[in-house]
Amino acid sequence: MAESSRLAARNRGVVSETRHLLFSVAPGAAWIFAFLVLPSLYLMSVAFMSNGPYGLPQMPLSLDAFKQLAGFGFLGWSPGNLYTLVRSLWQTIVSTLLVVVIAYPVAYYITTCRERWRPLLLLLVVVPSWTNQVIRAFGWMNLLAPGTPLSDLADALGLIGPHMGLYPSNFAVTLGLVYNFLPFMVLPLYAAFEKLDKALVQAAQDLYASPTRAFWHAVFPQTLPGLLAGTVLVAIPAFGMYVIPELLGGGKGMMLGNLVANQFAASSNWPLGAAGAILMLIATFVGLFAMRRVGRRLGGGEEVVI
Amino acid sequence: MNNPTAVPAAAARESAGSHDEVREKAPRKASSIELKGMRKRFGKDTVALDGVDLTIEAGEFFTLLGPSGCGKTTLLRILAGLEEPDDGSLLIGGTDITDIPPHRRSVNTVFQSYALFPHLSVRDNLAFGLRMRGESVAERERKVAEVAEFIHLGPLVERRVDQLSGGQRQRIALARALICEPDVLLLDEPLSALDAGLRGQLQVELQRIQKRLSMTFVFVTHDQDEAMVMSDRIAVLDGGIIQQVGTPSEVYEHPTNAFVARFMGHDNLFAIHGSQDDWVDTELGRLRLDMSEQRPDQDGWLLIRPETLELDVEIPADSNRLEGVVKERLYRGSRVEYRLDVNGQTLMAVASNLGQRLHGVGDRVTIGVCPEDLVRVAN
Repeated sequence: MAESSRLAARNRGVVSETRHLLFSVAPGAAWIFAFLVLPSLYLMSVAFMSNGPYGLPQMPLSLDAFKQLAGFGFLGWSPGNLYTLVRSLWQTIVSTLLVVVIAYPVAYYITTCRERWRPLLLLLVVVPSWTNQVIRAFGWMNLLAPGTPLSDLADALGLIGPHMGLYPSNFAVTLGLVYNFLPFMVLPLYAAFEKLDKALVQAAQDLYASPTRAFWHAVFPQTLPGLLAGTVLVAIPAFGMYVIPELLGGGKGMMLGNLVANQFAASSNWPLGAAGAILMLIATFVGLFAMRRVGRRLGGGEEVVI
Repeated sequence: MNNPTAVPAAAARESAGSHDEVREKAPRKASSIELKGMRKRFGKDTVALDGVDLTIEAGEFFTLLGPSGCGKTTLLRILAGLEEPDDGSLLIGGTDITDIPPHRRSVNTVFQSYALFPHLSVRDNLAFGLRMRGESVAERERKVAEVAEFIHLGPLVERRVDQLSGGQRQRIALARALICEPDVLLLDEPLSALDAGLRGQLQVELQRIQKRLSMTFVFVTHDQDEAMVMSDRIAVLDGGIIQQVGTPSEVYEHPTNAFVARFMGHDNLFAIHGSQDDWVDTELGRLRLDMSEQRPDQDGWLLIRPETLELDVEIPADSNRLEGVVKERLYRGSRVEYRLDVNGQTLMAVASNLGQRLHGVGDRVTIGVCPEDLVRVAN
């Protein structure tokens, strides 16, 4: 009797807890379901439809969109889309590496400054991102256009052809990406450096590690979670970036984001656009998975990425 | 060391059978330490070390004892090379290493926070120093097995650092330093984070390890009991200056000044107003001393160790006799502590609990103070 009533009481507790959980989670879950899951499913289904006369998807189901994405058009195979994919990957990798190379010392430097200066320095890093991305891209256009001092300098050094200008070019896209995403690397790295356990560095030195090896064995592993978090924050949006290649890249600077956007707008080929979006999604997941593996290996079996 | 390099781990573990064998295989050349005129300041007005001269013998268990901020940790970090002195020189084994960076010193440290590498396994933590020194994988394997046997680490070697308890971490930190067989081992309050029971156990173990390896140990602590239990000699520091160096009994029984006396836990210090021949005047009254026991030029305070006082016994004619009232009694099991009032002064007395009748609060007692047990202490 007493046993069963205790059980009932516990069940009541579980039920109320479940109900509580349900009420607190439900609005968010409903939101995500309605505005992320359903549209994604719709998008995926569009990719498997045929292209109608006005660019809108229609029956029957087909794999035409994927064939087009792979480069098979009316005139046979062309490598254009493949180039765009490779260019996107290349731009992502190069700009992420550059961001790491710049952000790592910056983040470290900020942690060595007096405590009261640090918020100000972090603010200086973040402030540019308060301006609209498009406006910043226009800023770079003005700096890099033909006839500007920077372009003339590059011309004089023989880096570019006469009257070419640094913009539009792939270089301008890389520069724009690095500039745009720098804060997203500096902040997590700063957090990692700030809680760096200096005793570990000293222990490494004490155990015969030269300054260089002490860095690799005691400093770098401690900043790895910040570094990988920053990489996720930089590489994924950079891979899908639309504005910067659109404005700074010109015709030869197109990235996957532009390819997808074009299919929904100018080219009016929704199925192809959807297929491109799926490709981006897959590439992103592969990248995340690879980083997880790298993180786990370098982090001694610990989960460092998400 | 007489094994050829490529010894399979299992064979190495087997050959490291008994402790004596381990000891034979690693014959130690212990090194002495010499510090001359060591000075260190932080910022403008924090003096950490104010001219320290100190010689630590080879194979000695030497303790730096003092309150926080006395400079003991700074001194240890200078020995490790993690801090650069402003002035002064440091010799280990007769060689001046003042300007040698930490990674080129044959000195290893057990850090207060242990500082184990969290991204490495226990095994990789242990082998870290050997790896940085460029020893072969086989050699590393063999030494890890050896040290694991020596410090009884057993299956801990396969664990991850975050799966270890405080006591286990402490042992790994010790093993990680010992495995490098340094000339000098530095220990920065390695037991302070442990609970009392484990602490006592590790005190004994550390001391045993030091004697077995006859390695020079420099130990830093703020706990005078710990210092006395473990050390061959103790240096008491305060304000960046060495106040006294001596064996535990010297420092405890004959502190050179009031600071050392108080730091060693002595409560019974009484100002000396005047003295004549072998008599001194204090707030307690006039007391006779055994002058042959006294060091010269030690004046200012009279130290009475509570355990030397005798309550309500036949007092010989040449002994001192005081009258007092019991103000407080603390029963501690093996001993009983009395807080006595003598001439308006508080005098602590400790008696072993041998089953005698205990004095109660308010009892009048006669107190015998043997002249040989009185020590004069400088300011």
